[in-house]
Amino acid sequence: MAKVKVRIPAPLQKITQNKQEVTCEAVNIKELIKDLEKQFPGIKARLLDENGKIRRFINFYVNDEDIRFLKHDETSLSEGAEVSIIPAIAGGCYGFD
Amino acid sequence: MALTNEQIERYSRQIILPNVGGKGQDKILKAKALIIGTGGLGAPCGFYLAAAGVGKIGLVDSDKVELNNLQRQILHITADIGLPKTESGKKRLAALNPEVEVITYPIRLDSTNIMEIIKDYDVVVDGSDNFPTRYLVNDACVITKKPLIHAGIFRYDGQAMAILPGQGPCYRCLFPEPPPIGAVPSCQEGGILGAVAGVLGVLQANEVLKFILGIGEMLVGRLLIFNALDSTFRIVKVPRDKDCLVCSEHPQISKLIDYQEFCSLKVKKDCYIKKIA
Ligand SMILES: [Zn+2]
Repeated sequence: MAKVKVRIPAPLQKITQNKQEVTCEAVNIKELIKDLEKQFPGIKARLLDENGKIRRFINFYVNDEDIRFLKHDETSLSEGAEVSIIPAIAGGCYGFD
Repeated sequence: MALTNEQIERYSRQIILPNVGGKGQDKILKAKALIIGTGGLGAPCGFYLAAAGVGKIGLVDSDKVELNNLQRQILHITADIGLPKTESGKKRLAALNPEVEVITYPIRLDSTNIMEIIKDYDVVVDGSDNFPTRYLVNDACVITKKPLIHAGIFRYDGQAMAILPGQGPCYRCLFPEPPPIGAVPSCQEGGILGAVAGVLGVLQANEVLKFILGIGEMLVGRLLIFNALDSTFRIVKVPRDKDCLVCSEHPQISKLIDYQEFCSLKVKKDCYIKKIA
C-alpha cells in the first residue's frame, strides 16, 4: 500500500467536500479509485463508464505521466506519488455534473 | 520589407529583444493568426497579438455582446452591447493598432465552413467555449497540418497546449473523444474569474508569438495546468497516441464531425434567446 496525494478537479470537488487535494492508500490506480469511492461515495460513477473503464475525456496522471501510456488502471503507485485527475474542459462544461 | 520609423518606435520594446530584432518584427508583421471565439480567451489573446503587430487577425464568433460578457471579455465594452462580437472586436483591435488587418467571421464554425476559413492563416487559436467546436478545430487543424494553440478554462483552473500536427500530439491524443451525449445529465455553470481567462488567453498569445518568431520551446507534447487559487503552474507529459483517431498513421477520422452540443446549459440558453428574439 502506498500513501498518495490525489488532485481533484474543480467539478468533482463537490463530492470531495470542496477539497482540491485528498489522500488515498492504494497499490495501483484501480485500487485508488475504489478508495476514493469509499471516502467520497459517488465519485466512481463520474470517473468510470458503465463498463468500468476510465472515461475517454478524463485522464489520470501519476506524477507527470499519463497512465494510458503506462499500464492504464494497473499502473502501480509508490509512496508519496502525486496523482492528478484531469478532465477535458470547455467553457463551463466538464462533461460531468 | 523595411520597417518605417513609426513601426520601429511602436515595436521598439520587442525589436530590442534578443532573437527578435527587425527580422523578427518583420515575421510578426507578415503573420496571419485566426482566433476562434472572442470571449474570455480570445479577447486578451487578440489584444496582445494586435499590439505586437501580427499582420492579419481573423476573428470568429457568432455571438453578440452581452452585459455578462464584460467581466472577462475585455475586447468588448459597455457601449458594444448588442453588437456582433466580431464587430466590436475589430473596432477595438483597429483602435489599438490600425496597421493590423482584422477579418471578421460572424458565424458558427462547422464541418462545411472551417476548412475554407483556416486555410488563409498560419496559426489558429482555439478560444471556443464548447466541445463540438474544440474537436472540430482540432481535427481540421490536424488534417490540414495547421498549428493550433489550445486553451481551456473552468472556475479557477486552466489548461493550455500547443499542437503542431505531424510533430507532436493533438487534442485527441490527450482526450480521445468528447463526453458522449446522454452520458451527461447536466453541466454546471462553472463561473470564471476574468483574470484566470486572461492568464490563459495571454499564454496562447505567447505561444503564437513564439511560433511566429521560431523561438523558445512551445507547449508541444506538454499540457500546462494553471491553478489560480494556489498560483501554481504544472506541466504533464502528453505523448503522441499511436492509435489517435485523427493524427496517427492509421486515422479512423478522415472527415470532419459535427458533434451535437450536449451541454444542457447552452441548449437552454439557445432556447431562451429564441424566445426573446
Ligand atoms: Zn492525435
